[in-house]
Amino acid sequence: MTALLRRYRFIVPYLLLTPGLIWLAIFYVYPSVQMFISSFWSGSLERGFTFSLSNVHNYTDALSRYQDQIVRSIFFAAAATVATFLISFPLAYTIAFRAGQYKNLLLFLVIAPFFTSFLLRVISWRTILGDDGLLLGPLKSAGLVGDDVRILATPVAVIAGIAYNFLPFMTLPIYVSLEKIDKRLLEAGQDLYATPWSAFRKITLPLALPGIFAGTLLTFIPAMGDYVNAELLGQTPGTKMIGNVVQSRFLVNNDYPTAAALSFILMAGILVAVAVYARLLGTEELVSSAG
Amino acid sequence: MTTAALESAVRSPGTPVQRIRRWLGHNALFVYTFAAIVYLMLPIVVMILFSFNRPAGKSNFAWREFSLNAWLNPFAPLGLSDAVIASLRIAFVSTIVATILGTLIGLGLTRYVFRGRAATNLIIFLPMATPEIVLGASLLTLFVSIGMARNELTILIAHIMFNISYVVVTIRARLAGFDRRLEEAAMDLGATEMVTFWKVTFPLIFPGILAAAMLAFSLSIDDFVITNFTAGSTVTLPMYIYGATRIGVPVQVNVIGTIIFGTAVGAVVLSTLLQRRDRAA
Repeated sequence: MTALLRRYRFIVPYLLLTPGLIWLAIFYVYPSVQMFISSFWSGSLERGFTFSLSNVHNYTDALSRYQDQIVRSIFFAAAATVATFLISFPLAYTIAFRAGQYKNLLLFLVIAPFFTSFLLRVISWRTILGDDGLLLGPLKSAGLVGDDVRILATPVAVIAGIAYNFLPFMTLPIYVSLEKIDKRLLEAGQDLYATPWSAFRKITLPLALPGIFAGTLLTFIPAMGDYVNAELLGQTPGTKMIGNVVQSRFLVNNDYPTAAALSFILMAGILVAVAVYARLLGTEELVSSAG
Repeated sequence: MTTAALESAVRSPGTPVQRIRRWLGHNALFVYTFAAIVYLMLPIVVMILFSFNRPAGKSNFAWREFSLNAWLNPFAPLGLSDAVIASLRIAFVSTIVATILGTLIGLGLTRYVFRGRAATNLIIFLPMATPEIVLGASLLTLFVSIGMARNELTILIAHIMFNISYVVVTIRARLAGFDRRLEEAAMDLGATEMVTFWKVTFPLIFPGILAAAMLAFSLSIDDFVITNFTAGSTVTLPMYIYGATRIGVPVQVNVIGTIIFGTAVGAVVLSTLLQRRDRAA
């Protein structure tokens, strides 16, 4: 066996990769292809589905019928991404440069939300943002805001929920790229009479860009597909996102063709984003920066 | 740290306004960071706090009075214990399988140069870049089109699938700093490849494998979206919680959430302490 392996050394990496890649081929690649095919189906679960290329109208139908939800998803995801960036950058900057002995503690606190259930965090936000919840309750009884002011069941609640859930995905990559910066570069900048602001703008910020870029993708992509926040914090038709439509078309209406077309529209948008990213940074960087 | 900044700001020259502005300039970052940390911790604190609540009706949204009732009867709600057990079982099995498959890929990717590397990297990356809802939905179309009934097995298949990529990424990160000369030294001393692997390589990469397994376990036990598409009538803990949001989440759910949080924090603290001790030794 060992002698055989030595003889055919080139085969070893393939032996290591094959079992896992077969799993991914059967349960990731093939279902994706299958979903692409089912987006050209017509018919129903009871009567059976038939494939026809002329069913390409599934896509145009889905686009026009769910235009509002698609636009809303992009807007919610973008707003949440901007919010996470605004919160994350100063936080990551403090952890990387100013935290001293508290660095590890702060990093631990950033990932602490992951130690609780995702759904329980969303439910906690419902308690906090509720009409007489921890935030509005005291404000209302103090007379600072009117009795009819709501946060829950508004876009603000959904965006806040999404931003909260993906915050560590933004903070950690930015922290990693800030941490890597050679402090001597900043000293050199100061020696050359850069003001703190211009040193930040010309040295720190450009060097943090890979982290910002990774964080943006890691936040925006899952945010686009999220439906739990919209379901539990949005609650109204006016806050539904693509994910809610895909979920209900698939699991409630059994309308697989429309749902598959919508999923594929979502996926295509993401593939474009990833392709741009891979072009800019290379595939190796992609796999190593995502961790 | 803050007081030092304050003192230097007070002693520094300039008008009082300039001094205050300088102080704020120094400390705005800390104030901001503190606010961000409070924001991060708030839902966790609320979750723990409300595990001690005695709500008026079914929904645990308003604070009424302190009670240990839920802590004393954590599995009182119907179906909750079954859901927890199902989640644990799925998490254990999917972690073991995904860790083995992912570790092999990680070893292959870091230690060998071969054709098809870029394609492999892409296949590893894509499942992480695909929104969960699309992963779940595409598996559902697969299972429906081949007429496979959805149950615990389909959940397992799904969890192993999405966990492989995360295991690969974690293992790769740990293998990056691996010193190949240690293996060469072992072989120079007459160890066969197999002996070298089990006596040198494996013990060195084991912490990485353990980290990957812990990540996989936590992703599996917390997954709702993909499970929702592949579960059929099987109820995992996240499925139970989601279902309960319609009729009122029992306080016991907060208790279990708090126990999971405490266990995870305890594990991290313990491993940090062990590492410190190792370094000191």
